[in-house]
Amino acid sequence: MDEIVSYLLLTLAATLRVATPLVLCAMGGLFSEKSGIIDVGLEGKMLAAAFFAAAVSAVTGSAWLGVGAGILAAEALALLHGFACITHRGNQVVSGVALNILVAGLTVVLGTAWFNRGGQTPPLSSDQRLAPLFLPDAGDNILVYVALAVVPLTWWLIGRTRFGLRLRAVGEMPLAVDAAGISVSWLRYRAVLLCGLFAGLAGAYLSIAQNAGFSRDMTAGQGFIALAAIIFGKWRPFPTFGACLLFGLLDAVAIRLQGVRLPGLGEVPVQLIQALPYLLTVFLLAGFIGRAIAPRAAGVPYEKEH
Amino acid sequence: MIASRRGPSGPLPAWADVALLPLVNVALAFVIVGIIVRVIGVDPLQALRLLVLGAIGSSESIGYTLYYTTNFIFTGLAVAVAFHAGLFNIGGEGQAYLGGLGCGVAILALDGVLPAPLMIPVAIVAAALFGAAWAAVPACLQAWRGSHIVITTIMFNFLAAALMVYLMVNVLIAPGSMTPQSRTFADSASLPSMQQALSWIGIEVATSALNLSIVLAVLCCIGVWVFLWHTPWGYALRTMGHNPEAAVYAGTNLRHMTVLAMCLSGALAGFVGVNELMGVHHRIVLDFPAGYGFAGIAVALMGRSHPLGIALAALLFGALQQGGAELAFEIPTITREMVVVIQGLVILFSGALFNMPRPWLQVLFSHRRDGSGA
Repeated sequence: MDEIVSYLLLTLAATLRVATPLVLCAMGGLFSEKSGIIDVGLEGKMLAAAFFAAAVSAVTGSAWLGVGAGILAAEALALLHGFACITHRGNQVVSGVALNILVAGLTVVLGTAWFNRGGQTPPLSSDQRLAPLFLPDAGDNILVYVALAVVPLTWWLIGRTRFGLRLRAVGEMPLAVDAAGISVSWLRYRAVLLCGLFAGLAGAYLSIAQNAGFSRDMTAGQGFIALAAIIFGKWRPFPTFGACLLFGLLDAVAIRLQGVRLPGLGEVPVQLIQALPYLLTVFLLAGFIGRAIAPRAAGVPYEKEH
Repeated sequence: MIASRRGPSGPLPAWADVALLPLVNVALAFVIVGIIVRVIGVDPLQALRLLVLGAIGSSESIGYTLYYTTNFIFTGLAVAVAFHAGLFNIGGEGQAYLGGLGCGVAILALDGVLPAPLMIPVAIVAAALFGAAWAAVPACLQAWRGSHIVITTIMFNFLAAALMVYLMVNVLIAPGSMTPQSRTFADSASLPSMQQALSWIGIEVATSALNLSIVLAVLCCIGVWVFLWHTPWGYALRTMGHNPEAAVYAGTNLRHMTVLAMCLSGALAGFVGVNELMGVHHRIVLDFPAGYGFAGIAVALMGRSHPLGIALAALLFGALQQGGAELAFEIPTITREMVVVIQGLVILFSGALFNMPRPWLQVLFSHRRDGSGA
């Protein structure tokens, strides 16, 4: 009995650890998507934040400076995305893809030039990382709690404040917001900046809390899983949180199920479990599991009439 | 086209719109590249010199440049065909992967039976079919179920990677092999290298990875050009991209056209597998698409989605890939990933920020007009 309880607790802790960057990233993405700015660049923001967090933490020895650097890196990309999509009304998907590719290359280029370790940052000692707060075995560093707090905060901001009401309006019908005398651009810029903030925290978590340093392509598609979680949660904070936990659980379970034979099913390929978030999202988008409807103005640049 | 052509005011001369603006965009990207090179402490001009030398300095390096170019032509055309239909295919990576699987499986099944003149065409067709099938699923899901093709093709890249790892580790791995790769193909399934092919007609070149796939790439360029601008289907496809309502009015079935465009796109991307597996590796390996699918977006944007432009852009990216590798060898502070940075910046400036320099050019041209009028 004790074994089962401890097994469940360990799986729960593992799930939370894996889900934390997804939750942070997905909540950030929600702000952007709700305002009508599609963000396929979450992956790139997270990767850039992970790199700069680890680099600054390694050089200065301060994990907090690392977190700050991670946020700044993600915010810089968020501003660039906003500059291209809001100011210059460029294609949002193209911009997101560009930033992902740019960051995938740039982190390795800068990492090699600065640290000469094949794209990795130097390994971080325990005081250069964010340490667990209460339960050393569970890895409950502060960002895990931040992620848990960000979910109700996002729900409250988007659903219960004037800012949130306007944010939703600008994602559905920017013309109405403009007609009410509120700046569409400024609202959308605030949304992408919030997105950068949380994606930056997610990236910092990856390199200086969950791991002890940056390695190339360390996000490994988690930004896209966060994007999938937003869609799976139908652009609502709590269901998105649930999707992140589900995807985190799948990831935690995938490692444990490797080579295990399940009764009646035989050996489940670990690749299938890893692919499930993507597969489920495809099914959901195709309308086979309920219907996911994006904000109506998502992806459409707003042109102010003269 | 993916980039909106609307500017604030005042049209540009046609040549400026077609040639100057794209060149300004690419130039901006390279200015940023120069700054990054400077930041990591390397002299940009020195780097440029080494890069050019590495790309076209010898017969061997030219061979490698053209070999990379081949891949970029395939994925660039793939993205461009979808662009013309108003679709954004980010799934080139996965389609290239599946194309490789297709030709690989066909070869593993038949290379003991078929002679080379039959085996090679069958394998090429198999690559096209598998690539097309992998693109057809997102296309059908968009056409009939309304799911967005961008998101679905992204997801299909990851699904392709997971599928390939599973197949290579569990099914297709050569017996007794420690690494996940298939058995070596029989000689009947290998595309002649350019060195072999040219020696038949008495020309000697250095050995490189360049093989006859580049002929296929050139044929694809011509084929895409003929299809898009000189057939009724190509016309219908481009009409759908410009104005779906007009296409419906003209009697085009948008669903069928979406699937057709994506199948063509996927088949073109699938040919990367031909170049990589039949031309170079001679077995199925993991991770051979190596970012070519994404780079295709940069190639298509830079080549303005025209086969000629794509061939030129692919040549540039091929030279960058090869020159970049040599540069990284000469100056260890610069890594090959510099090329990825350039791809990202080109997509940013030629795609998302396409219209940013337009007002500058408009100011420039209005001054010139005023000057000549006064």
